[in-house]
Amino acid sequence: MRIQYNFAFFDEGSKREIRRATLKAIAIPGYQVPFASREMPIGRGWGTGGLQLTLSLIGKKDVLKVIDQGSDESVNAVSIKKLIQKTTGVKTVEDTSEATLIQSRHRIPEIPLKPGQILVLQVPLPEPLRKYEPSERETKKLHGEKDYSGAWLMLFEQIMKYRNMTTGADHPVMVHDRYVMAPSPIPKFDNPKLDNSEALILLGAGREKKIYAVPPYTRVVSLSFEDVPFRTESFQDKSCKLCGAQGVFMDELFDAAAGVIYYQCNDTSYCLSRMNRQSAVLMQSL
Amino acid sequence: MGESAAPILTIKNLNKQFGSGCDQCGSRAGRKLDKNYCPACGTVYSCQDISLELYPGEVLGIVGESGSGKSTLMRCIYFDQEVTSGEAYLQAYKEGRSNLFEESAQQKRFIRNHLMGKVYQNPVMGLRMQFTSIGNIAEKMIAAGNRNVGAMEARGRELLDRVYIPVYRMKEAPKNFSGGMQQRVQIAKALSNNPPILLLDEVTTGLDLSVQANVLDLIKHLQRELNISILLVSHDLSVIRMLADRTMVMLNGQVVEQGLTDQILEDPQHAYTQQLVHSLL
Amino acid sequence: MGYVAVKGGTFAIEESLKRIKYERVKQKKVLDVDKIESGMRGLVDQVMSESGLYSETLAALAIKQAEGNPEEAVFLLRAYRSTLPRKHYSKTVVSEQMLVERRISASFKDIPGGQILGASTDYSHRLLDFDLIGETEAAVSEWLHEFEHEAGAGEKSLNQDTDLTRLPKVLDYLRKEGLIANCPADDREPDDVTRKSLTFPASRSQKLQILTRGQTGAVTSLAYAVIRGYGATHPTVGELRVGQLPVYINNPLKPSEDEDEAYYIGDIKVTEVEMLMPATVEREKGRKELEFDIGYGLCYGQNETKAIAMSILDKNLEKGDQSIPTQNEEFVLYHIDSVESTGFISHLKMPHYVTFQSKLNDVRKTKQVQSEKAEGGVTYANPI
Repeated sequence: MRIQYNFAFFDEGSKREIRRATLKAIAIPGYQVPFASREMPIGRGWGTGGLQLTLSLIGKKDVLKVIDQGSDESVNAVSIKKLIQKTTGVKTVEDTSEATLIQSRHRIPEIPLKPGQILVLQVPLPEPLRKYEPSERETKKLHGEKDYSGAWLMLFEQIMKYRNMTTGADHPVMVHDRYVMAPSPIPKFDNPKLDNSEALILLGAGREKKIYAVPPYTRVVSLSFEDVPFRTESFQDKSCKLCGAQGVFMDELFDAAAGVIYYQCNDTSYCLSRMNRQSAVLMQSL
Repeated sequence: MGESAAPILTIKNLNKQFGSGCDQCGSRAGRKLDKNYCPACGTVYSCQDISLELYPGEVLGIVGESGSGKSTLMRCIYFDQEVTSGEAYLQAYKEGRSNLFEESAQQKRFIRNHLMGKVYQNPVMGLRMQFTSIGNIAEKMIAAGNRNVGAMEARGRELLDRVYIPVYRMKEAPKNFSGGMQQRVQIAKALSNNPPILLLDEVTTGLDLSVQANVLDLIKHLQRELNISILLVSHDLSVIRMLADRTMVMLNGQVVEQGLTDQILEDPQHAYTQQLVHSLL
Repeated sequence: MGYVAVKGGTFAIEESLKRIKYERVKQKKVLDVDKIESGMRGLVDQVMSESGLYSETLAALAIKQAEGNPEEAVFLLRAYRSTLPRKHYSKTVVSEQMLVERRISASFKDIPGGQILGASTDYSHRLLDFDLIGETEAAVSEWLHEFEHEAGAGEKSLNQDTDLTRLPKVLDYLRKEGLIANCPADDREPDDVTRKSLTFPASRSQKLQILTRGQTGAVTSLAYAVIRGYGATHPTVGELRVGQLPVYINNPLKPSEDEDEAYYIGDIKVTEVEMLMPATVEREKGRKELEFDIGYGLCYGQNETKAIAMSILDKNLEKGDQSIPTQNEEFVLYHIDSVESTGFISHLKMPHYVTFQSKLNDVRKTKQVQSEKAEGGVTYANPI
């Protein structure tokens, strides 16, 4: 028994089905469209939602970039990239601006996305109200009636307990003044990049079987209060040890030998391109 | 409260049944029920053609035994349950010209959050037991569109103080509180948006006598201070006597008698009311 | 270009994949797929049932590749299943047409057509058979020869009065007497959970599909919770049958209702359970009667415990009391799928550096603010 896998793994019927759900998601920004999520060759919870989006959209001319937690070289990014490449043969890159299709887990790249690019985010828990209301049937009703007291109540509780909003990553956003949406566990630092994005942003939750979208130029506002505004993580006075960048999301690292904490760009391709530019300038000046 | 004042809440011919009905019980006229229950098909008629008017600043009491339909009536008015048929008008909503029961779910939510407050017999129904008490109070304000933490916290503190809950306990969850305290948090929550109408469903049932007296005292006090209209349901005539200006007596899903509370206590007409009044004496 | 990414991830994965292959073959033994298919029937059946894909050969291949780990094997088959175009739906399978290999009832001793114990470990003694260590193919052939000779003689006498493809259902007997709830055939097109994701309230067809694909252990545990006390029902196996069911599809060129036009595409082995549970029904004037409700279980292969458990959960979910976890459809249906539960549990091994950094930031901020706050009045961490 010899099996030939189709281009991009899925049969064409499945791809069309997923694309139909995607179109609906784009038409209703922030609304979670249920879809018949397929089992994938990678684990449920390991990016199957994003992978299904990518595989249903990818064409032979696409240029692909896959990142996990900001890194092109993270094991899971490599594994997903390998799978897509094996079943499609498309070109893969690390340079964000060169890619047409970017699949990412937990980060939006530092370099602003451009028109025509598609960012696919992997989503573990698509329901922003789940911690407030465990039942899917109920949360669907709450979305339908635009009843989002629960989302603000959770933030209010955090402020009462800790004097601060402590959502960490995945801080809920209001999309197009209609649907409250989980932006996937991107840090708060990346939330503003969703607003008025020039690229199409698609979010896929494989295990929870939902697809949703932020179409280009859509208004996305992070939930907050009048007197407690939304604040991103702060890396004030910190700079990248490798490229010297400031005002980007950083990894905190510990130099055991010197016994000190230092910082490094979390977006590895951003860091690399900066270092290369610096060395080029240096070479010219020599 | 003058005769000329317009009612703040009007209910007309409210019906609520559980079950689809049959030939023998379908029409109200020839209906032969065993209490509120159709022996032929098992349909329960919880509320049959209930009409009432609540005036500004008035406390209207509804008394009846369990199963008389009074709590179902309250659930229908607060949209916890859907009515089978009937109309409701709120003076504060579209000048009392729109039947609330025909509004969309979103509008019903608006009415609940802005124009009514309800205190349930069981605090589990009215509170999120795991959330902070201040969060519970804020939930109602958030639902009504408030997005200012400072304002909501200040209002919450003020209300907790009013219902005699020490403000230093505001971040505690109601699950840690006694039954009487839980009811008082519910009252604070119900009052948070200054609603014109407060619905109280058996709020003192199940509490110790001394705690009961406390809670009733609080309600009476708040009612006078805020001049809020209250619809009050209880099986206990002594609660009604203490709080209600007017009283309706319900039995088997129907109103059997209504009038000024004093009048009903002194000169009950219906046999059931007489029995109730006697047991009180 | 001066700087390039360190290919740590790519290299590590390649080495890890080599390593896992090494673990599989390091004893220099090759496990033949056909040997798995013939000797590991229990695992093959379990894997087919949980994958929702009927192919003994592919299941055996998946088991080989997964080194016998059922969770991995099911995963492989499910992922493979995703690539298969859906060309046909079978015609309704009628379980009365099963070629029965085993059939028992716990409700009646004498059932029309008789009880057939068939192949079962139920009455085997669970003593390790050390002779199996030295079992030879020659000895097995000899035993088989004898067995077939014996069986041939036995079958003749049995076949005289029993048609194994036309055994009546135990439930028909109760139905005739009016003792079980009348459940009319529901001819609506079933929902297909692999084509349209589960919605709530779930239809019965959605529930049954999720249950039959459920992880054997999860389905069993939840059903055990039901009969032990969480959802209190006392079930009795009306009928359990194991056997081959013929599957037909319509002639794709000219679909018709005519049975003779249908194409036979093969047999599948299934386990079917019809479970009886006493239920109160209300008649006129509040008179109450007891009847039997039916719970239904059907799984690929011989998976008796799972099919029984499925039938219990089926009935339990129909009751739908949300306060009892085993009657709450979201609780049961969302959590019993092998690929979903193992996937999400195992995803915790993935790096969460960014989310953790974000949380770290919050934790530090709350500590900072709490200490500032200790000095005076109401302040928020994010003042205007």
